[in-house]
Amino acid sequence: MTASASVSVSGPSGGAAGSRRRTRRGTELALLLLALFIIMGFYAACDIALTQQVTSSVFTLPLLLAVPFLIAHVLVRAFAPYADPILLPAAALLTGLGVVFIRRLDLVNDPFDEIDRPDLATAAGRADVPLFSGQGIRQYWYVVIAIVLFALVLGLLKDHRILSRYAYTLGLAGLVLVGLPAVLPASISMVNGSKLWIRIGGFSIQPSEFAKLLLLSFFAYYLVRKREVLSLEGKKIFGMVFPRGRDLVPVLVVWGASILILVFERDLGTSLMFFGMFVAMLYVATERTSWFVIGIGLFAGAAVLAHSLFSNLQLRVKIWTDPWPYIDEESFQLVRGLFGMGTGGLFGSGPGQGQPERVPYASSDFIITGFGEEIGLVGLTAMLLVYMMLIGRGIKAGLMVRDAFGKLLAVGASFTMGLQVFVIVGGVTKLIPLTGLTTPFLSYGGSSLLANWLVVALLIRISDTARRPPAAGVPIPGGGTGPAKPDRLDHAPTEVIKL
Amino acid sequence: MNAPMRRVAMVSIALFALLIGNLTWVQFFQSDFYANHPRNTRVQLEEYSRQRGAILAGSEPIATSVATDGELKYQREYPDGPLYANLTGYKSLVHGSSGIEGAENEVLSGSDDRLFVDRITDTFTGREPAGGNVILSVNPKVQEAMAKGIGNSVGAAVAIDPKTGAILGQFTSPSYDPNLLADHDTNAEAEAWKSLNGDGDRPMLDRSASDRYPPGSTFKVIVSAALLEMGYTPDTMVPAGNSYSPPDTTHDITNSNNQCPNAQMPLKEALALSCNTTFSRLCVEEIGPEKIAETAAKFGFEEGYSTPLDVVASTTGTLGDKATLAQSCIGQNEVAATPFQMAMLSAAIANGGTRMAPHLVKELQAPDQTTLERTTSEKLGDSVDPEIAAQLQEMMVGVVNNGTGGNAKVDGVVVGGKTGTAEHGDGVPEHGWFTGYAMGDDGKPAIAVAVFLDSAGDGGSGEATSIAGSVIRAALGK
Repeated sequence: MTASASVSVSGPSGGAAGSRRRTRRGTELALLLLALFIIMGFYAACDIALTQQVTSSVFTLPLLLAVPFLIAHVLVRAFAPYADPILLPAAALLTGLGVVFIRRLDLVNDPFDEIDRPDLATAAGRADVPLFSGQGIRQYWYVVIAIVLFALVLGLLKDHRILSRYAYTLGLAGLVLVGLPAVLPASISMVNGSKLWIRIGGFSIQPSEFAKLLLLSFFAYYLVRKREVLSLEGKKIFGMVFPRGRDLVPVLVVWGASILILVFERDLGTSLMFFGMFVAMLYVATERTSWFVIGIGLFAGAAVLAHSLFSNLQLRVKIWTDPWPYIDEESFQLVRGLFGMGTGGLFGSGPGQGQPERVPYASSDFIITGFGEEIGLVGLTAMLLVYMMLIGRGIKAGLMVRDAFGKLLAVGASFTMGLQVFVIVGGVTKLIPLTGLTTPFLSYGGSSLLANWLVVALLIRISDTARRPPAAGVPIPGGGTGPAKPDRLDHAPTEVIKL
Repeated sequence: MNAPMRRVAMVSIALFALLIGNLTWVQFFQSDFYANHPRNTRVQLEEYSRQRGAILAGSEPIATSVATDGELKYQREYPDGPLYANLTGYKSLVHGSSGIEGAENEVLSGSDDRLFVDRITDTFTGREPAGGNVILSVNPKVQEAMAKGIGNSVGAAVAIDPKTGAILGQFTSPSYDPNLLADHDTNAEAEAWKSLNGDGDRPMLDRSASDRYPPGSTFKVIVSAALLEMGYTPDTMVPAGNSYSPPDTTHDITNSNNQCPNAQMPLKEALALSCNTTFSRLCVEEIGPEKIAETAAKFGFEEGYSTPLDVVASTTGTLGDKATLAQSCIGQNEVAATPFQMAMLSAAIANGGTRMAPHLVKELQAPDQTTLERTTSEKLGDSVDPEIAAQLQEMMVGVVNNGTGGNAKVDGVVVGGKTGTAEHGDGVPEHGWFTGYAMGDDGKPAIAVAVFLDSAGDGGSGEATSIAGSVIRAALGK
């Protein structure tokens, strides 16, 4: 199929250009307030269930959370007034639910922690837990830092195309970040069987989360440059046009890098995420379905090969196909998570009324099962729909923006987020073998939160560019003006966007 | 580029559809499986956070929940352990529950619908929610007398109030300690479970109600009932002798001690002396298989009970040709009965031929000890007419006073019964049996009792009879 199939006459350039296009910031504020209201309701229910009393503390944390999110809204008004109104509230809702859920876990004894907290055994004891203690408030400070980064991106990156100028630098940095844990000793980088971390002192970061963003920029730049070459026709097999042999080199390089991640960092999820990101972007850039097929084939081959070579992967597949014989050891977490979700059932036990702490890594890898237990299938499905909205809006920003670099950036970032949610949620629900990815926005941990908020900032920037009336185009430092003038990277100036 | 982007969006939607589909599978279709999985401690923690109700025998607690410091807030305890194990059953973290613990779980755990209002008021008053109590009709003195009498032997005993059907005692030996299975240490519990199930003596088998044995001569009571219904009286002269050759077989019927040398004797004497020859011959020549099966069925053969604990059905088996019938009518061949059924037999006779529904639970209580439900006596059916029952009583009293059942005599009490010795294979000692009843001071039936001693050999029935005597003494306070 070619791009012409989707040509239609509408979009930002249609209608009376320059007329007062609605910024929809009011919608964003209303949705954000709704999100804050949901967060507050969820936390109030948790707190009351666990402490058996209603005090003002019920509102403190949600109100604290409102501060960075409302500031983020003001920032969007100032720096990206035409941005999509769904992106910020959706990310804020998921992030806020994560923070209050982690706080809720602070209020109960962690059976997997060696330190027993007898004070948490009673409702009165739980009511006395200071707000400024535990993982919940740490996650809150990560949110604050994330919003600071969000502000920096929106404030400094006036146009996403600026990124393309530093593509090689970003790509190199990304490569270093993603490779670093592999070369570091296991004592620093190994957590739970996967070498994905850098732990120094009390701090630990998961560099692949940031690398994701950097490599995304590089891939987008590279593919825009090479898309014409890469989409040249080669042999035709089974009615599908395959690329020329030499054009396979870049995809093979990325494939090789993914395998190195798989081998040296022992994580199928991270490897799948990077490779999936690249293949999706390659497919979008070249419009060649064959790339998609080649990508899936290459990855499947690598996965099968790796499975036969590495015991760590064999174990993950073994407990995925049949967890029951290993219930006390290898599949302990997985089965515990399933117990939680099964007990939650259709509507859940109610916020604060389940026992999500019975699942190891309840605040990070298995936070989804905790939600599943307490708000049930209905609540969890609603949360997945929020992710879908976020991802859908990200892709829509890509559809609307005119430059190819922006399109690839938006679709790459959105699809990668979707893939990450799929890999981790599918993993903990036994749809696919479990791997060590974080749940975007929800999981405890700064790296993941900061990286995902950077993605949100980027998507907001792209959607603002896409919806901004031509007259309001901002000059791009170093040449040209905004989207009104086709960017030199844009190879499809006649392409019209379908909303 | 927009067309492939849309397709990427479709792929994302497909991935999420897969996730939601799988979630639906886990949280809806498989929900019960995961929620109730024995290794899912959530339900248990919730369950053990409330005080489970007690099981009492009369006023004596035989299963209670005691507060602990552990993660599970209450520990189930069985103060008399093995004595009531077949009745209380066990409540295990891993292996579920059995006995009353299982059958009355809803009341004990507090989840019974009738406790709904209690649960609501608990929420408002801040009172700690708890389960209701189950009070059994069992008389601890009767139960203890059974345990003391049977001792270390393999066997069982059942005592029933003939007027109401209330179970006064139901004991099996060897028994097990349910405390071992209530251990919160799941490793210790697993060890106990393995060892109890691997034990060749099968301590978790309730021999009083879950297994059937050839009842031997106690079955002659049923044959007597059939004869009386056919117009015989206890004084009718019947053929005896020390040997009888049934048709179509070389296997002669003899008596155990050549105790019936006379060619003829009154029916009641034939029962008192337990003449095999009499009952085999009359069965073959006069009664026939249909009448035997019908009479046995009216006393409860081929019919299980739920007290609410399950009692397996006793059976006459196929009565078939005359050779097998000769064996069946002295409680051999395919005839197999639970000790419980043999107690039901005497209970019906003592109660004037009316069989009452057996029940173990006297009362269900709310946590505040108010009554939720009191079991009322229920008639199960008429086994025989009152006149026939009176004649059977006369004959059974004769067994105790002038026959094989002398060990069951209790001073100043009318006791009737029948002994039994049952072969169950070559070279294996015989089972010993006694089934009987005693009248209270008011002239009404007070207790029916059956005692069974597995492979007790010579003197087994005598021993069973004397155990029955001590059970009657315990019940009547003599």
